[in-house]
Amino acid sequence: MPTLDDLDRAILRELATDATQTAGALGRKLGLSQPATWRRIQRLTEAGILAGRRLVLDQAALGFGVTVFLGITLAAKGRVGLQDFERAVTAIPEVQTVQHVLGLYDYRLRVVARDLADFERVLRRRILTLPGVGAVDANVLLSEERRPGPL
Amino acid sequence: MPLDDTDRRLLRHLQADPAQAIAELARRAGLTEATASRRLDRLRARGILKGQQAVIDWRALGWEVEVSLRITLDKTNPRAFDEFLSAAREVPEVLEIQTFLGRVDVRLNVIARDMAHYQQIYRSRILTLPHIADLEALMHIADIQRGEGLPL
Repeated sequence: MPTLDDLDRAILRELATDATQTAGALGRKLGLSQPATWRRIQRLTEAGILAGRRLVLDQAALGFGVTVFLGITLAAKGRVGLQDFERAVTAIPEVQTVQHVLGLYDYRLRVVARDLADFERVLRRRILTLPGVGAVDANVLLSEERRPGPL
Repeated sequence: MPLDDTDRRLLRHLQADPAQAIAELARRAGLTEATASRRLDRLRARGILKGQQAVIDWRALGWEVEVSLRITLDKTNPRAFDEFLSAAREVPEVLEIQTFLGRVDVRLNVIARDMAHYQQIYRSRILTLPHIADLEALMHIADIQRGEGLPL
C-alpha cells in the first residue's frame, strides 16, 4: 500500500470533485508543476487508488425519477445459486449496483426507474423472477450526498 | 428542447468511458467532432451533464472494511433528521449519506481500516449520533457491479 502525502491527498480531493481538470490546471491550484502533478496522478492511477471516473448526470431530467434500494435474501444459498443470481442480476439494465453483503440480506441492489409504475414493472418482471430470490425489501431514495471521505 | 436519441447515444458512450477524448467519443457516437462538442456544451448548459468525478478505491488505500448502516430515527423529535444529518457529516469515515422512504430512514456508508478500527468508529462516532431509534449493519463482502450507470 503506497503512503500518501498531503499533496497526493489534495489531488484526490480535487479530482473527486472534478475529474476533468488538467494536470496543468490542478498543479497551478496546488503550487506544483504540470509534470510533477501528472506524475503523481499516474502513480495514484497505477496503484489503483484512482479507479476511473463517473459521470454526474441529472437523473430526473433524463427521465429517471425514481431510485430504489433493494435488499434481497436468497431462498437457496448453494454456491451455484450465488453465481446464477449474480449473472442474471447484472444483466438487468435498470440495476446500477450489486453488492454482496453480510447481515440481514444477501445482496443489496440499486435500481433506477422512470417512475413508481415503471419500478413495479422492473420489480415484477425482472427482480422477482431472478433465480433463487426469496424475500425482497425496498426503500425509495429521497436524497443522497457523497462525502469527501477520510483524506 | 427535449433530449433526442442522439443526445442519449452521446451520453451512453460517454458514460461507458468518461475519460475518452472528444474525437473518439464523436467517432463512436457517429457524429462529427464539432456536433459532438456542441451537443455536450448544450447538455452542460442545461444542467443535464453536471460533470465528472474521479472514483477513489478506498480498499487500495488500505481501508479494508465497508459497512452499510441502516438507521431508523426517533421521529417524535421534529429536528431529528436535520440534527442527525449534520452530525453524520462531521464523521470523516462516512462516505455516503442517503435518506429513504421505507423501512429505514437513513443509510450511512462507513469505511474503516480494519475490524478493530470499525469497532472504534462505531462506538465513538456512530452510536453517539443523535436521535437513533434503531440501527442495523450490512457488511460489504464484494461489489459484483458498480458504476451507477443509467440505462440511457
